[in-house]
Amino acid sequence: MDGLGERAPARSSPSPLVGEGRGGGSGGDGTNMPRGTTPTPDPSPAEPRYSEGSATQQSDRSRQQPTSVGGGEKTRDHGGPAQPLLSVRSLIKHFGGRRSFGGRGIRGAVHAVDDVSFDVAEGQTLGIVGESGCGKSTLARLIMQIIPADTGEILFDGEAVGTHALDLVAYRREVQMVFQDSYASLNPRLTVEETVAFGPRVHGLSRRAAIARAHDLIFRVGLAPARFADRYPHELSGGQRQRVNIARALALQPRLVILDEAVSALDKSVEAQVLNLLIDLKSEFGLTYVFISHDLNVVRFMSDRVLVMYLGKVVEIGPSEVLLGAPRHPYTMALLASMPSMDPDRRITEPPLFGDPPSPIDPPSGCRFHTRCKFAAPVCAATEPVLAEIAPAHRAACLLATPGSGHPQAGPIA
Amino acid sequence: MAAVIDLARDAPIVPPPYPPPQAGEGRVGARGYWAGVGRRLLRDPVALAAALVIIVIVFAAILAPWLGLADPYRGSMLRRLRPISDAVYRLGSDELGRDMLSRLVYGGRLSLLMGVLPVVFAFFAGSAIGVLAGFVGGRVNTATMRTVDVFYAFPSVLLAIALSGALGAGIFNAIVSLTIVFTPQIARIAESVTTQIRTRDYVEAARISGAGPLAIIRVHVLGNVLGPIFVYATSLISVSMILASGLSFLGLGSKPPEPEWGLMLNTLRTAIYVQPLVAALPGAMIFITSIAFNLLSDGLRSAMEVK
Amino acid sequence: MSADEIVGVEGLTVDFLGGAKPVRAVAGVDLTLRAGETLALLGESGSGKSVTLRALMRLLPERRAIIGGRLRVNGQDVRALPDRDLSAYRGRTIAMIFQEPGLALDPVYRLGDQIAEAVMRHDGVSRQAGRARALELFERVRIPSAAQRLDNYAHEMSGGMRQRAMIALALACRPKVLLADEPTTALDATVQIQVLLLLRELQRELGLAVIFVTHDVGVAIEIADRIAVMYAGRIVETGGCRDVIRAPAHPYTAGLLASRTGRASSMGARLPVIPGAPPDMENLPPGCAFAPRCKHAQSLCERGDPPDVAVGPAHRARCFLAPSLPSPACGGG
Repeated sequence: MDGLGERAPARSSPSPLVGEGRGGGSGGDGTNMPRGTTPTPDPSPAEPRYSEGSATQQSDRSRQQPTSVGGGEKTRDHGGPAQPLLSVRSLIKHFGGRRSFGGRGIRGAVHAVDDVSFDVAEGQTLGIVGESGCGKSTLARLIMQIIPADTGEILFDGEAVGTHALDLVAYRREVQMVFQDSYASLNPRLTVEETVAFGPRVHGLSRRAAIARAHDLIFRVGLAPARFADRYPHELSGGQRQRVNIARALALQPRLVILDEAVSALDKSVEAQVLNLLIDLKSEFGLTYVFISHDLNVVRFMSDRVLVMYLGKVVEIGPSEVLLGAPRHPYTMALLASMPSMDPDRRITEPPLFGDPPSPIDPPSGCRFHTRCKFAAPVCAATEPVLAEIAPAHRAACLLATPGSGHPQAGPIA
Repeated sequence: MAAVIDLARDAPIVPPPYPPPQAGEGRVGARGYWAGVGRRLLRDPVALAAALVIIVIVFAAILAPWLGLADPYRGSMLRRLRPISDAVYRLGSDELGRDMLSRLVYGGRLSLLMGVLPVVFAFFAGSAIGVLAGFVGGRVNTATMRTVDVFYAFPSVLLAIALSGALGAGIFNAIVSLTIVFTPQIARIAESVTTQIRTRDYVEAARISGAGPLAIIRVHVLGNVLGPIFVYATSLISVSMILASGLSFLGLGSKPPEPEWGLMLNTLRTAIYVQPLVAALPGAMIFITSIAFNLLSDGLRSAMEVK
Repeated sequence: MSADEIVGVEGLTVDFLGGAKPVRAVAGVDLTLRAGETLALLGESGSGKSVTLRALMRLLPERRAIIGGRLRVNGQDVRALPDRDLSAYRGRTIAMIFQEPGLALDPVYRLGDQIAEAVMRHDGVSRQAGRARALELFERVRIPSAAQRLDNYAHEMSGGMRQRAMIALALACRPKVLLADEPTTALDATVQIQVLLLLRELQRELGLAVIFVTHDVGVAIEIADRIAVMYAGRIVETGGCRDVIRAPAHPYTAGLLASRTGRASSMGARLPVIPGAPPDMENLPPGCAFAPRCKHAQSLCERGDPPDVAVGPAHRARCFLAPSLPSPACGGG
């Protein structure tokens, strides 16, 4: 069966495993197969990903349009097609900030996330990009409600999270997260199937049903259940572990998945496989993604819209082609210019930005980027720019880009 | 197969035909974590020797009545303090003429009991306190652990003596006081390990799945935490045996004529000028057993370290 | 080894003992490097690139790692160096910078003192002269407020600063060869480009020979004159940066270049990928190590080690099929 054969390595020789994550103990399983044989050799892009069970494929394809739900399936879209799936309003989270001994007064709080608002439409991928200290990981945890926000609200499909209409347990079934460190995200004492089945079990599914669903998801992320379901994390490679993390995130059938640097720790060839998998799963399950990464190329590849963060604030948000093709905020421009050119004849000769990203403790006054911005004017240190619409669906928080803002190079109000 | 599985209904699920395992690919032997630990232990000669010694002593103690030994309580004023290779008494006789070999074997019962039981009880009590405090964190944790620290501040010998003195002599009271001595130590380890585990990503992921704290503790925390606590506890067994013997030596544990190594050391004190080797025998048993437990505990720790 | 070659590696093998059987982490690597040249060693985890670097500095554990082959750096036979010459060799002739500056910078000493100590040890000068040189180095690596920063501890500086400080420490004794083990992998993009440009500049000024290990193709393109691609402990392709990037001869290189997200033609289309996972070094397949994942593989690829063939001027690949494979159009950008 050729379709199923896709799931196994095409050749009889053992498909080897990356050297990382070697467990102790048995060097041989009694056979010459190494531990953790690999999943699918990927078919060439022209072939469909899953060629068996074509009936399944038809009903899955129908879920590609996020708002039309095909074939008698229950609809979970309460708010209707125009309602953004996720709305974040004015989230603020500061850490710490305490009085120190010796009379030095209140030491600054870490302004991890400072008044962040955005929407994510259903079926879209929003890419969030920024450097260390920008607050994107904190933002992910705020959206997941792992940590409580100081102020602000989160609306899922029109309903506020944490209220009677959508309590935390129900919210957890709608939104899930995949972490960066594939090894630390898995309990070393649980097998793969136990890890994936844990969520459904907690929500009431019987053990048999939960294990069956776990096997199904393990299969869908590209690992053969017969071989991988009872493996332990230390017997898997980095890419395989991340697939297990994705399976676990999908076990509760969420509508929104937050991917917090999910591919950053993987080798590039494995990263490409996992990105393909994410694209396939998105269309198969009708998911919406929030894709957080520091790698602009990956974000550009995956996202419909991109949000750029700097020191806890949103500095630019817009469609990815527009924003990354013609950015309006100087920080976005600098980020883009810092990406390696991939062309030996067009190497970068001048660093676009000097110094390190400042720490989020006691951020600069006015526009937080003004200390490193080459277009900075005195007004930038005094006034904090708001996120203003500079083109349809494209907003930037920059005095230079906003006409009439007082920046000498900004145009007058049209 | 339906793309949507309704969580509310436990409908029978027909899985698609998964590819069968390839030929020659089955698992050989258990591959779980403890299986790996067991395998590594079996390859450690020192730990194996220690385990053997303990097994011999424990089985001898359990099977004592069936080993054809002399009556440990029957003395003979004529045959007191015989030396080790005596015709009748293979390991000599004590100050009341009782057979040393028999008393040592029977004594193992009480000494092992007083060594192991307090640690077992302290393991449960200390783990419960420590894991809960570690998991909850914050002020509850601080309050609990500082209270534990108060007990921990006392030197264990003094605390054991004080508690035994307050409760009165006797085996049961000695076990209770030793349990109280060891519980804070285990609680500290438990709290520290649990605090480390609590911040791991997989615990966060479990929280995101909507699991309540009990489910998270049961599935994710305990499995990872009990191992290190267990290793620490086994290292306490030797301490407990010595403390128990000490208590008996001071008259705070078992009472004569019970055979118990610490008590025997006490009563044989005066015989040290007459039959020094015989007088040293109970001490030798305490020494051997403690070292064996210690070595086994060390071996367990190294077997558990390799991931 | 020709006159201006400063690093000459022939047939380097590294075997690690200690497991069930010895693992061959590096299986026959040949490298040459001239002064003033940067060679990028490109590969994924387990390819043996870091081990190769450490072998050059003899940083591998003596008893567990068996090194074979010829290693010549600046005219010296590295494997034959006696221990007392080894410490002069490290620092004076060859130096290394790491991915984690914490590995090289001692947290309990001030940075200026660490550099001064290295200078005093190697050059035999006074502490004052050592501090002066430290200041000079800090300025050269563009650390702002260099004089104050000399008295900083490592934890008081940000990631990019620490990396610069580590570069300063490495250059303290004027080495001729600089080994860089993924020094920018842990840095943000804006900081990474600064460090790469700094390295390029320092290399030009000081005439260093640099071996730069990385898994990121983009970084390799930015920094390298020549690229050597490593897979499963062997160099599978080596050549000038343009040649390797524009016309990769080995299927692995071609696959790596094709799967870059930066080149994806349209958003959402699937990336061409190399199937499977990097190999298990304990259980390599017979023949070419890449054959199980290679879409051009034929039966002869599984039978023997592929030979090192020339596919262009100064461009070699280790593949049976290299001369006859169509070169994918992998234009830059």
